[in-house]
Amino acid sequence: MTLDAHLVVTRPRFRLDIELEIAAGQVVALLGPNGAGKTTALRALAGLTALSGGRILLDGQALHPLPSEHRPIGMVFQDYLLFPHLSVLDNVAFGPRCRGASRAVARRGAAAWLERVGLAEYAAAKPRQLSGGQAQRVALARALAAGPRLLLLDEPLAALDAHTRLEIRSRLRRHLADFEGATVLVTHDPLDAMVLADQLVVIENGAVVQRGAPAEIARRPRTDYVARLVGLNLYRGLAGGRQISVGEVRFSVAEHLEGPVFVAFRPASVALYRTRPDGTPRNLWEATIEGIERHGDNVRIHLEGPITASADVTPAAVADLDLTPGQRIWASVKATETHAYPS
Amino acid sequence: MSGPSGGVKGSPADGVPSGPFSGVPGDLPGGADGASGGGRGGAVAGRLPWMLVLPAVVGMVFLTLPLAGLLLRAPWSTLLERLGEPQVLEALRLSLVSATMATLVCLLFGVPLAWLLARVAFPGRRLVRALVTVPLVLPPVVGGVALLLVLGRRGLVGQWLDSTFGITLPFTTAGVVVAETFVAMPFLVISVEGALRAADLRLEEAAATLGASRWVIFRRVTLPLIVPGIIAGAVLCWARALGEFGATITFAGNFPGQTQTMPLAVYLALETEPEAAIVLSLVLLAVSVIILAGLRDRWVSGP
Repeated sequence: MTLDAHLVVTRPRFRLDIELEIAAGQVVALLGPNGAGKTTALRALAGLTALSGGRILLDGQALHPLPSEHRPIGMVFQDYLLFPHLSVLDNVAFGPRCRGASRAVARRGAAAWLERVGLAEYAAAKPRQLSGGQAQRVALARALAAGPRLLLLDEPLAALDAHTRLEIRSRLRRHLADFEGATVLVTHDPLDAMVLADQLVVIENGAVVQRGAPAEIARRPRTDYVARLVGLNLYRGLAGGRQISVGEVRFSVAEHLEGPVFVAFRPASVALYRTRPDGTPRNLWEATIEGIERHGDNVRIHLEGPITASADVTPAAVADLDLTPGQRIWASVKATETHAYPS
Repeated sequence: MSGPSGGVKGSPADGVPSGPFSGVPGDLPGGADGASGGGRGGAVAGRLPWMLVLPAVVGMVFLTLPLAGLLLRAPWSTLLERLGEPQVLEALRLSLVSATMATLVCLLFGVPLAWLLARVAFPGRRLVRALVTVPLVLPPVVGGVALLLVLGRRGLVGQWLDSTFGITLPFTTAGVVVAETFVAMPFLVISVEGALRAADLRLEEAAATLGASRWVIFRRVTLPLIVPGIIAGAVLCWARALGEFGATITFAGNFPGQTQTMPLAVYLALETEPEAAIVLSLVLLAVSVIILAGLRDRWVSGP
């Protein structure tokens, strides 16, 4: 089972144009900022938004001429959209009923699905009696009960609190591993994408800006948005041998490269000095502290200057260096801690 | 009943009695509680403006006094006896039956019409919506005349109905139902369309992704969600049909036992025996109050 889609949706002042290929059993996450077109892409796959062009082929079968109800899909919506007037069991049995199963068969199948998501005892409950995490599991069971070949998840964890999210994320991961069809997951949370997906497709302004395995994207971001998501400082520069110029700052790197490149390094790799350190002028620049905020156990310093960068330092270092916003400071990063790759 | 003093409801809930027209929270021990708790009335305290209170009281009296008069002048001693008169019972039965029939017809055609207006974008939808609501503002007598021109024995459609099926509507009980349906249907359509627009469209989308056709979506998702709106619309529709006078008397006439409904009987009785008119009016008033009580939660506290 494979999905081969080219989605084009044109609206006034917005155009979505992306290609997706998903193998059987594979999970692809569409990642992107708000308004990038992730949800539009998902709705187009579901048939809820009309395509302006392109195609959707599932195992060679054209889905794009079909209305939603004839597409072999299952969809989990961001706020689940369980039918409030039906019991949990009848919510899950809804899909099989619509696809031709008798009431008894549909209910037996639904009961089995509720068992699988661990909610068998809630079969007779109404959706409003469920917690957020339970509703999410029912929504997943409802989407899977009709036996879809393409599973669409729209921000499936966004409406959950942090604790529930952790538990539901690992449950969802298990269910996705069991699912034999193709899965498209829309999210703006990089962690959800990294944990749940085999492939990431990053969308900005309706176009794909980067795609690849999560580890690859985390290591080699290609846009500022992706770099921010994975928490790296990212610059475009011009390489000549092991030297890279990013504006007026020069970096020595481990890789041997020529031409336009990206340089990335972690905020924790940045060292700060009150006075200009001795030694090489490379990988060193003078910056102004723009802001200081807590970041986990550390403190994140936002630096302006020839390049914009984030630096993570310990609270002790903040006290030692007596860092305050507006202050001038020297920043450097070790050559071994930078990572350069062709752009 | 609460009168003008209802305007100081927002004063502190400490139980400190304050004059009906001075909602100023007193500087008493516990004033801190009052300030943090229910300071809404206290913030805009002061005398109620008579320029608003006076017209409000006049309006209230104007609306309630006639009803009080009806109750005061009712022949309570002979009430049961008069209610038992065959003509009264006949009119009451006819009214209830025809209003109920009209409501059923309205449901049968009005709910699909409301769905069409709310869910299907067809050319001329705004015009259709405007036309559908015309009977709301049209004088009922005009509606009756229009019905006669179309469905009368020599009317555009009536002629054909008569010659083909031998059906004549004017001056029959069926004609009463037709007249009441014409006048009452917009109430149902507007109420149901409002409910449809308020219902979450995304639930219908969710049903579509689960394989439901538009008919299944309507039957299994939309309809159950708008039941409260349909009930409210049907009750309004029924009340309007029950009180219908102008279109009925114009289109169906005034034949006792056949087309003489309660409002017609009231009007007729007023000329011959006023006491009977009062009794009939009381019955209609009772029905209205019961309906209002049933709908109160829905209309007063909002959906």
